Amino acid sequence: MNKNKEQLLNKRYKAEQRFRLYGLSAIFMALLFLTIFIFKIFSTGYSAFQKTWLIVPVTFDAELMMLDQNPSKEDLQDADYYDIALKSMADLDPNANEDQENELKRMVSYFFEKEIKNELLNDPNLIGKTKEVYLTASDDLDQVFKGNYPRDLPEDQRRVSDYQLKIFDQLVANGKVESKFNISFFTNADSREAELAGIASSFMGSIFSILVCLMIAFPVAVLAAIYLEEFAPKNRFTDFIEVNINNLAAVPSIVFGLLGLGVLLAIFQLPRSTPLVGGITLSLMTLPTIIIAARASLKAVPPSIREAALAMGASRMQTTMHHTVPLSMPGTLSGTIIGLAQALGETAPLILIGMVAFVNTIPGSPMDPAASLPVQIYIWAESAERGFVEKVSACIMVLLGFLIIMNLFAQIIRHKFEKKWS
Amino acid sequence: MIKIRAKDVDVFYGKKQALFNISLDIEENQVTALIGPSGCGKSTFLRCLNRMNDVIDICSVKGEILINDFNINDKSCDVVRLREKIGMVFQKPNPFPKTLYENVSYGPTIHGMAQSKQEMDEIVETSLKKAALWEEVKDRLHEPGTGLSGGQQQRLCIARAISVRPEVILMDEPCSALDPIATAQIEELIDELKKEHTIIIVTHSMAQAARVSQNTGFFHLGQLIEHGSTDKIFKNPDNKKTQDYITGRFG
Repeated sequence: MNKNKEQLLNKRYKAEQRFRLYGLSAIFMALLFLTIFIFKIFSTGYSAFQKTWLIVPVTFDAELMMLDQNPSKEDLQDADYYDIALKSMADLDPNANEDQENELKRMVSYFFEKEIKNELLNDPNLIGKTKEVYLTASDDLDQVFKGNYPRDLPEDQRRVSDYQLKIFDQLVANGKVESKFNISFFTNADSREAELAGIASSFMGSIFSILVCLMIAFPVAVLAAIYLEEFAPKNRFTDFIEVNINNLAAVPSIVFGLLGLGVLLAIFQLPRSTPLVGGITLSLMTLPTIIIAARASLKAVPPSIREAALAMGASRMQTTMHHTVPLSMPGTLSGTIIGLAQALGETAPLILIGMVAFVNTIPGSPMDPAASLPVQIYIWAESAERGFVEKVSACIMVLLGFLIIMNLFAQIIRHKFEKKWS
Repeated sequence: MIKIRAKDVDVFYGKKQALFNISLDIEENQVTALIGPSGCGKSTFLRCLNRMNDVIDICSVKGEILINDFNINDKSCDVVRLREKIGMVFQKPNPFPKTLYENVSYGPTIHGMAQSKQEMDEIVETSLKKAALWEEVKDRLHEPGTGLSGGQQQRLCIARAISVRPEVILMDEPCSALDPIATAQIEELIDELKKEHTIIIVTHSMAQAARVSQNTGFFHLGQLIEHGSTDKIFKNPDNKKTQDYITGRFG
């Protein structure tokens, strides 16, 4: 009998040990996946924060620029920079034939003319002189310099010619190639050219969408939650509403996108591809999340507080507004932020309402066309060009950073302001 | 003088009847204790007196409860007004998670009882003094009320209840969560408060009922078995059940 008991006890201890082991290995697996994921993103993405520049001597030849003597500011604006730009690239190899000159030109971005122009606008005294100017390298050379380019492929399978590589290697050897922090990744809108493409448009698009979403979803959801939790009678009808709110939270987001497409764009004729429509669509999605969070935190306020206020002769409205709602606010707010973070990462509904369009301007208001960060990731990921691969990961890093900050904020609100009930 | 007169009060929770035909008179400026085993309906009856049962959707109250000869179950009765006149102290201390000052000034604020900050300060001070808490907390009026000890919290709740100068104070087992010393302080306080307020206290402790009350009602299974002066109930009850309960034979 005693021995039996001993065996049973041992068995129970063993079972507990096994259970702990399962738990630990589950956590280990989760951490492993997370690490692999983050490592992959960072190792592909970090190089996007660097940008390669070619340092090219440019002679600001007044004649080639069609400038008179003592040109005014307007003259400088209207001057022709294309020829000196072409010439300075061609001068990299004095022996180049016409084809090779063309190849030389393609070693920098098509933006090189503007870069030269800005140089002169900053310092008009440069006319007639020669100065070394930083020109954005083409995305392929950028990849070459970062070591991401398969140089050993046969030439006809590469977008960079042997000739370009030869000149580029010379430049590198002479210290005329430099890598600097890629500011334009944050200040430029999207572009077909990987070396010029940035996230400014989609970042602003995301911010505007989230703001519109917040302004619509938060008040509606909080009012709905307060009404349902504090005022509505508990009957079949309110049960029905509650079930449906929970169902709404489980509706796939693409369905909301269809709703936005069918109602906001088709019936209300709101402008397509704008953060306004995106925000409204996302707010439909966020609404149930916030309602559920707000109701849960209203429920968490102990009934004794309501009773105390009611027994003091506070009306139901006063009880709610003076006590219950302020006490539930930390929970509601952190729920709201989590809901917004979800909306921030949402892609499908935005694609349906046209926020997937190629936008090369930075939106100034929610009424301007824009993309959003996740959609930008989608657009770039679809692109075949090698230069966009690192951009995708970099954009994911920005989005993740954004999400982590929001979630951190939610945690802080929750821990700092939530009352503890004994 | 009779302050509260309950006539044939029935209470239902949904289909289940919780109180049967309760008729009870409560004397002004005296302490009335309601005793009885758990679930006998004494708290339910107490909550009828300031209509706190309204909060519970499925609860319905029938019969008349006259306070100053006015039926509070009448449609014309305004609950906000009623609860201003009838304060309540709950079983578990439930101060608002705000400062001591805000706790006590809340009632006077919502009922517009003070015209100036100075007047409000006075109300807060007198209420805390009457609740025998002033000396302990006068230096930390702006600290959270939830930081006090259990007994202090309960006295804070009493101060909050008397801040609007109610005519009646309902106490629902106010000492059940407190230690003997805090209990003694509250009991002393109840004795003091009855000069100005009519007090009805629900208690599980028969000793407490005997100590603080002048009248006692004994509830059992939703019925008011017996009521009368505390002396009589404890020394010479008419009903066998009362006798059994008081002597500890059941409950």
